[in-house]
Amino acid sequence: MIDKTVPTVEAAVAEISDGASVMIGGFGTAGMPDELIDALIARGVGDLTIINNNAGNGEHGVAALIREGRVRKIICSFPRQSDSHHFDAAFRAGKIELELVPQGNLAARIHAAGAGLGAIFTPTGFGTQLAEGKETRLIDGRHYVLEYPIQADFALIKAEQGDRWGNLVYRKTARNFGPIMAMAARTTIAQVRHIVPLGALDPEVIVTPGIFVQRVVESAPALAAVA
Amino acid sequence: MNRLNRDQMAERVARDIPEGAYVNLGIGLPTKVANYLPADRDIFLQSENGLLGMGPAPAKGEEDWELINAGKQAVTLLTGGCFFHHADSFAMMRGGHLDICVLGAFQVSIHGDLANWHTGEPGAIPAVGGAMDLAIGAKQTFVMMELFTKQGACKLVEACTYPLTGLGCVSRVYTDMAVFDLGVDGAKVVEMVEGLTLEDLRQSTGLTLTLANEIEAA
Repeated sequence: MIDKTVPTVEAAVAEISDGASVMIGGFGTAGMPDELIDALIARGVGDLTIINNNAGNGEHGVAALIREGRVRKIICSFPRQSDSHHFDAAFRAGKIELELVPQGNLAARIHAAGAGLGAIFTPTGFGTQLAEGKETRLIDGRHYVLEYPIQADFALIKAEQGDRWGNLVYRKTARNFGPIMAMAARTTIAQVRHIVPLGALDPEVIVTPGIFVQRVVESAPALAAVA
Repeated sequence: MNRLNRDQMAERVARDIPEGAYVNLGIGLPTKVANYLPADRDIFLQSENGLLGMGPAPAKGEEDWELINAGKQAVTLLTGGCFFHHADSFAMMRGGHLDICVLGAFQVSIHGDLANWHTGEPGAIPAVGGAMDLAIGAKQTFVMMELFTKQGACKLVEACTYPLTGLGCVSRVYTDMAVFDLGVDGAKVVEMVEGLTLEDLRQSTGLTLTLANEIEAA
């Protein structure tokens, strides 16, 4: 019997080691798997490459990882925010490397990795600083920039419900990067609010098929704590 | 001359958004446009973090922090609205499915180049978010901005000096003094506020401006 559920968040992240590349779902705090990240911090690993839309908000999640000095490099679209003080300090001190990627290119490059594509040509960023030095091509009268896939050793994502085969459904805008990060990582670990019996999820509405998910752990923080 | 305030600018932009349009309103000033969309028109607001059919802010105390917009503010979902992941969301832009995108700007060139993501100042931490995808993705990209900075510099320029967000992507600029259509032929004045003349605009902006066909007072 295949059972991808694990009993604790600590067990869920037990294989992540120093130097790993880790995709972390979430747009701002919505969909941020805080409990998995806390477990990762408690594990003591560092020298991580983190892929997330932002570079941490406030004190939790990605911000806490950066505060604890565990992140060597971050690949993201929008690092600077009113509450990104831990990233700002680390960046100004030269302690963290930043690869800035337009948000749609970030999504497309992650999706490309999950779909097994060797590269993509994207119109986004053509003629800007973020495309400097990159190969371009004129296709059907439109300019495109060559961008490579972003894959990772692990993805930490948050979903609303999951079953023992790893099928997932999400909640509202907490979905954001979850489904594509699940595709692009070698090992995807989903923190879900509820583990449900196999068959409880309507097959017509499953968003992430279990083939993209390797671990499911139940962790149900109060909704209010998400803010 | 009566310059439009920010609410009047939003109201003016809203007038040009037709029934059935799929629209993304950028962070900041453009979000005000939502306040002036007529309730009897079905207009679909998209937010790039993954929702279509975005409604107004919830009542205080009713916020759901898993239902937010791209500016990370709590919002609501209209009946018939839906959620989707980021690859689908940006496919809506890049794939040309979105009709209109309204963005703020530091500078716009008369040929439609946009600069709105980075001041380029030394020491500034850059952040781009969806700006570059939005700029080039929608069928029409509108910019909404005051024509002059607080320091008096014109933000509609011959060529942008700030780092570019996209090339030749802006088709129309709504400002507090006039509305401009942009293109390969440069900037054409579509409307001006009452009491302003084309000569005044030419002098204050230093730009070669021509009138679009149907000029009217706002």
